[in-house]
Amino acid sequence: MEVDYSGDIMTLNMGPQHPSTHGVLRLELKTDGEIVADAVPHIGYLHRCFEKHVENVDYAGVVPFTDRMDYCAAMNMELGYVLTVEKLMGIEVNNRVRCLRIIMAELSRIASHLIAAGTYGNDIGSFTPFLWCFRDRETILDFFEETSGARLLYNYNWIGGLMHDIKPGLEEKIIEFIDYFEPEVDNLNRLLSDNFIFIKRTAGVGILSPEQAVSYGVTGPNLRGSGVKFDVRREEPYLGYEDYEFDIPVGLGEHGPVGSCWDRYMVRIREVKESCKIVRQAVARLTPGDVREAVPKRIKPPAGEVYMRTECPRGELGYLLVSDGSLKPYRLKVKSPCFTVMSAFREVSRGAMIADVVSILGSFDIVLGEIDR
Amino acid sequence: MNPQEIAALLSEKFGQRIPESDADALNPWSAVDPSSILDVCRFMRSDGRLEMDHLELLGGVDYKDRIEVVYVVYSMKHHHRYTLKCRLPREEPHLSTVESVWKVANWHERETYDMFGVLFDGHSDMRRILCPDDWEGYPLRKDYKTPDSYRGMPV
Repeated sequence: MEVDYSGDIMTLNMGPQHPSTHGVLRLELKTDGEIVADAVPHIGYLHRCFEKHVENVDYAGVVPFTDRMDYCAAMNMELGYVLTVEKLMGIEVNNRVRCLRIIMAELSRIASHLIAAGTYGNDIGSFTPFLWCFRDRETILDFFEETSGARLLYNYNWIGGLMHDIKPGLEEKIIEFIDYFEPEVDNLNRLLSDNFIFIKRTAGVGILSPEQAVSYGVTGPNLRGSGVKFDVRREEPYLGYEDYEFDIPVGLGEHGPVGSCWDRYMVRIREVKESCKIVRQAVARLTPGDVREAVPKRIKPPAGEVYMRTECPRGELGYLLVSDGSLKPYRLKVKSPCFTVMSAFREVSRGAMIADVVSILGSFDIVLGEIDR
Repeated sequence: MNPQEIAALLSEKFGQRIPESDADALNPWSAVDPSSILDVCRFMRSDGRLEMDHLELLGGVDYKDRIEVVYVVYSMKHHHRYTLKCRLPREEPHLSTVESVWKVANWHERETYDMFGVLFDGHSDMRRILCPDDWEGYPLRKDYKTPDSYRGMPV
């Protein structure tokens, strides 16, 4: 028997101030009872026009601005930018700088994925994992503070090198932390990932097919959650990632179809373990050297254009830099991974339940500072 | 394919509609006649040798005498990248949308409209995206002057 369940459409605004939108984001939901007929994201509440600001500062002055895009993974944001400028200027950095950059980038990835997992659990309604994740993230932030003086916005990666070397003995502390942390991931799995209620709320929800994901320019863990094995660190290596041994986890669909919220979440948890492996290898490869050896006295790249992308915790971060040969960037365009995944949100959440919208949004792991720039 | 081969393939296929190419640049590119952008993008997306299925970046650059819209495309299968550029006049620039080729272009084009005032013909939802709907001017143009206030609020 066919039953017509369609009723009156009601508009429901979720946000701009809502605990599960992870920042200031407004979702205009057209609801038909409990079903979401349409979900239109409205972004821009955090728009500062960073791309205009950087046209008025010198190249080194751009780095703190990039920190403020994705404030959960500032290390990776500035790394992408300095690599772009170095590519345009043809600067080669020494082995110590490369290894330290990888250590910091991967620790930052772990910290960022811990936020993603913790807040995701919180969205779904379990509070304990949030505290566990933030406890371990705290140790990483302590390392960053000890190294750069800042806990969130570091300005640590410089064009041609690093702000300064790590303190003696930090590498042992990092390895000690990794030794402690790797088994903790299994604890987190027991607590959250394999939890029956959590699986019920996330598996089979918000399916993003591989074709959709590629067409919407979805990258990073969200793309891999759909089963596409693609990682910039492997496909277009930078900083010598080609010499490191690590796996690229993809969504396997253990609980229902591939590309669900659970798959996207699980890719992050598995990536954390891979990052631990990379950190161990990078620490083992540390050689003595001067971290400011290649820092130019005057940063004045030749006129030209360059595009460079790196793998950030939230996906591919691309910088298109146009230089006119002066001391300031002529144009810096940022390709933000959260921006592109958010453009797919409308299609993914159409037909979902209202409560599942929270689940889908949390699984995308967006940071509004980077979407709005 | 390497950039030289892509540039050669494009000029062989589109002739005069690809006025200029530089395959040896750090970021290899071809200029595309604005009226042909949709054809070129469709070709690059569907041709078996190119299969550019990933639109990495779409954005504008204001060169004071013209506005350039830049498309960075990449093939997840063949692992090659290429850049297309469309040169538009500063007065009433418009271009056809490539939304039908890559869905992500929808938001990128909205951003380019918001920041540079480039209108995309045939776009399903041509609104501002980052600035408020009643914002005046296009912030990333080089001659943009920041207003003193917006609806009575100091900027």
